[in-house]
Amino acid sequence: MRLHVDLPGLSLKNPIMPASGCFGFGEEFAKLYDLSVLGGIMIKASTGESRFGNNTPRVAETAQGMLNAIGLQNPGVEAIIDTKLPFLSAFDTEIIANVAGSTSEEYVHVARQLSADPTIKALELNISCPNVKCGGMQFGTDPVMAAELTRLVKAASSKPVYVKLSPNVTSITDMARAVEAAGADGITMINTLVGMRIDVTTGQPILANRIGGLSGPAIKPVAIRMVYEVAQAVNIPIIGMGGVRTVDDVLEFIYAGASAVAVGTANFENPYVCQEIIEALPGRLDELGIDHILDVRGRAYAQTVSRA
Amino acid sequence: MRQMATVLSNRPVAKGAMEMKVSVGAGEIAPGTFFHVKTSQLLRRPLSVANVDGNVVTFLYKVIGAGTTDLAARKAGDKLDVLGPLGNGFPLDQTGKRVVLVGGGIGIPPLYYTRRMLAARGIETVAILGFDTKESIFYEDAFRELGETIVTTVDGSYGEQGFVTGPLERIQADVLFSCGPEPMLKAVAASHIPERYISIENRMGCGIGACFACVCQAPGGYVKVCSDGPVFQAEEVTL
Repeated sequence: MRLHVDLPGLSLKNPIMPASGCFGFGEEFAKLYDLSVLGGIMIKASTGESRFGNNTPRVAETAQGMLNAIGLQNPGVEAIIDTKLPFLSAFDTEIIANVAGSTSEEYVHVARQLSADPTIKALELNISCPNVKCGGMQFGTDPVMAAELTRLVKAASSKPVYVKLSPNVTSITDMARAVEAAGADGITMINTLVGMRIDVTTGQPILANRIGGLSGPAIKPVAIRMVYEVAQAVNIPIIGMGGVRTVDDVLEFIYAGASAVAVGTANFENPYVCQEIIEALPGRLDELGIDHILDVRGRAYAQTVSRA
Repeated sequence: MRQMATVLSNRPVAKGAMEMKVSVGAGEIAPGTFFHVKTSQLLRRPLSVANVDGNVVTFLYKVIGAGTTDLAARKAGDKLDVLGPLGNGFPLDQTGKRVVLVGGGIGIPPLYYTRRMLAARGIETVAILGFDTKESIFYEDAFRELGETIVTTVDGSYGEQGFVTGPLERIQADVLFSCGPEPMLKAVAASHIPERYISIENRMGCGIGACFACVCQAPGGYVKVCSDGPVFQAEEVTL
């Protein structure tokens, strides 16, 4: 029970879950290990209709990171409910659906449909995807628009709503406060940082979409700093993410103020990473003299350690 | 699925081509599948299976960037984190048919193991191997041991001058298996051979079908190279 975490709508046996977009709908990883070991699963984004996504190349490697511009490829909300959720319902883990769209009407439609499914325990409102032309990040960089969309989706959803924040803003705390005031039940952060790589032989961007979202270990310090700031600015829980690949990365996010942690890009490097982190957590808590993992939540700001 | 393989040897076999042999755990490995190999870099590198002999798997690769540079530095005895075999290979049930194997450059390796497996089933094959130049040729003798083999070089320094499509025009076969650069695949996909299978390469993320990074356009949408392929019937993809 030292790993158990209760969050709005979510009873997590441990605070570890794969991040949206890095785990599909679980089918591929279920061939590798029992998904019931996971605290939760944040499934790939759903839009109102099916989307083909962007042209390729869709990924480019960077120093300790990766740029992606998939473009929200997904079969659409109805197909996801009909063909993906029944499979996921067989596992003893909390399923969080990622809601995306181009217009507020589309977001509301997707949120209403997904929240009505008993397999879904909470929604993650994706207002931070940098790889689509309309919607996505434009909702996530303006506090007024983000708040309005949060309000609409909250009204349409029968399940708690976590808003996924974009790091591509001047003040992350303004964004967090705005969605909290609009009724968000929690925050997930951070989505990817907008970046670009250029092929030196052609002088052209490597990604077909030209720009993409940077993820991986390279962005972890940015994510930690933002969680640290937001945790002190709002009273709703945070699921932290950005470059997590080890048990100590998880603890850094908890110290910074997160109540649970999602693992993204590391699933590509090591598809067993979530399972391995969960297995390693109790031993690491013992070494650090921590009883329950959330005993140290927010320690980075709650306690000033004397360095004299 | 994931295991620590042991490097047995790692050496250049031609200009721009390295051959690495590793020992892996038991399990069937189909021709045309690949292993997703961890290097010093963040993302794994998909390497096609060039041969399997007992528990020894051979990879051939070209040193291009930081990941393959790291691979080239591995020595016998080193451990290598591999995930696989992954993907779907070439269909071997071609009894009674004649198969032409068409490879270009570093796309040739999976065709060697494929040809061995076809030969083991008594299936007649002919191979056309395209290289840039004489110094970049590898595995010519190994291919010749398994049947008729035509070599082309772009600069004419060895074999027939030109591209693989030249000799392909005069070949009579029922089925084509191909792997190589995209322009070559485009050309062979449009060739006169009735049944055509091509193996596609792409930048990959997860390698298991979850991330949608390595998709290829297909009639009516996209297919995932890693898990729907890498081998497709020519009609299944839009190059």
